[in-house]
Amino acid sequence: MVERWLVPGLVALSALAIFAACLLGSTPMPADRVLAALVGGADASDRLVVWSIRLPRALAAFLTGAALGISGAALQGLLRNPLAEPGVLGVSASASLTATFALYFGLVALNPWVLPFAAIAGALLATTVLAFAATRTQSVVTLILIGVGLSSFSGALMSLLMNLAPNPFSLADMINWMLGSVANRSFDEITLVLPFILGGAALLLATRRGLSALTLGEEAASGIGLNLQRQRIWTVLGAGLATGGSVALAGAIGFVGIVAPHVVRPFVRHDPARSLIPSALLAGLILVVADIFVRILPSTNELKLGVVAALIGAPAFVWIAMQRRAGYD
Amino acid sequence: MTDLVATDLTLKAGDVTLVDSASFQLSPGELVILLGPNGAGKTSLIRGALGLEAPASGTAALNGQDTHRLSPMARAQQIAYLPQIRPLAWPNQVHDVVSLGRFSHGAALGRLSGPDAAAVDRAIVDCDLTHLADRATDSLSGGELARVHCARAFATQAPLLVADEPTAALDPRHQFRILDLIKSYVDKGGGALLVLHDVNLAARYATRLIWMKDGRIVADGPPAETLTPERLSEVYRVAARMEGDRIVMDGAL
Repeated sequence: MVERWLVPGLVALSALAIFAACLLGSTPMPADRVLAALVGGADASDRLVVWSIRLPRALAAFLTGAALGISGAALQGLLRNPLAEPGVLGVSASASLTATFALYFGLVALNPWVLPFAAIAGALLATTVLAFAATRTQSVVTLILIGVGLSSFSGALMSLLMNLAPNPFSLADMINWMLGSVANRSFDEITLVLPFILGGAALLLATRRGLSALTLGEEAASGIGLNLQRQRIWTVLGAGLATGGSVALAGAIGFVGIVAPHVVRPFVRHDPARSLIPSALLAGLILVVADIFVRILPSTNELKLGVVAALIGAPAFVWIAMQRRAGYD
Repeated sequence: MTDLVATDLTLKAGDVTLVDSASFQLSPGELVILLGPNGAGKTSLIRGALGLEAPASGTAALNGQDTHRLSPMARAQQIAYLPQIRPLAWPNQVHDVVSLGRFSHGAALGRLSGPDAAAVDRAIVDCDLTHLADRATDSLSGGELARVHCARAFATQAPLLVADEPTAALDPRHQFRILDLIKSYVDKGGGALLVLHDVNLAARYATRLIWMKDGRIVADGPPAETLTPERLSEVYRVAARMEGDRIVMDGAL
């Protein structure tokens, strides 16, 4: 019953949250004016606020969350572990490192496509290392430790870049990237990363049946007809594209890819394949709501979305890890 | 007729020879049990025959087609394979796990087509799991879980079944139940190849025994011909004697 209403319910809630994000802000706008602005009526300043500031920001938050949610759910299915997630496994950190690198050396000025490509290259590099490591070790603990290592290494290189930053402006730019934020995003930036996020999500959805098979373990999964090598390549590629796209849009935002699938799983009978779409929707919803809080919290410096996500997500990560029964590693 | 034929199959891991030019055949209507001590190469032989591992030399063929070149889907439709049971990654529902047996027929969990749903329902009834169909697998006992995996293999409705220690860690009653299930599958025209460690149980159910030692097949034939005290001391290095038509093992040599 819940399963049937899960997706429509999440779609409705997400739409509602995005609409609410258009209402709220430094100057709250009544619903009728937002509605009028959305359909093209209202006065020019309302349209500007809604179409150029609030709506793209809310959509960027939703898209970032959805990309991380579907990547998290797919990686968890592939690695058969609820703690797998782009942030924990160092995928986001690698992507933001390569993105920062491109910014630092002014490569982005050459062509706007450089940024998403750099972020995606970083994400794919990390997922490939992880998938390769996964073929060599059965221990998920080892795999997570490799992810932590990747994350720390990217963090160290990032610190090095900051250390060498020529001026405070580029420093501020990099901090934005590390902490993760969707402030001041425009539709131009969204359309730049959209193909990568949609492409990655499409790959993950097209190959999701194999994730159900992997529930049985790799040996039995190949026994029932799964082509393991191909499944690994598609999932890694899909998660790399989607995560890289999200990092190019919002920087590194952790833990949302772990929390959303964890909440969704009991409602889809713990089937990784069926968890993909609801996880994407829920993670998008979480980030839209978190971003509303970021905006309305009365603080002198606006909090970064990634910081808020980590404040909620990191304790959730510890809690999920403690719930795991012995004997799974 | 679906036949699995291994011819001079040799498998290596680096320089170590796991299986040394083994030949055997599995056809419908047979219940073949593979016996041998730990490390004799039984699992390797099965994996090589199924084409899951590339042979160093020799061939394994399913209806004349090289199993290693066969697509995983095509192979899975012909041979249901039950590897040694590992814990499931998630606490899935019993019905969903059995449905995974239809993976090679293109089934997606939660949206089974008519024939897929019918095959799953039948396997659930055959393995006496009807009352457990909605349960989460992490709430089952070892015996119940073994039946779930059997049902998954039967749901494929493949002509051949290969199972690696399907009765491991089960109490005697559940061992009998699992082997009865496999025997009824064979009686209905299937062909099964099982790895077992219980020699008496193997003798009771098998139409043929294949004996392995140090990567080689040392004997292949009906229990009445191949099960002897000498064979047990040679293969397993245990002292054994016949007591009527039962074999009794007295201890390690």
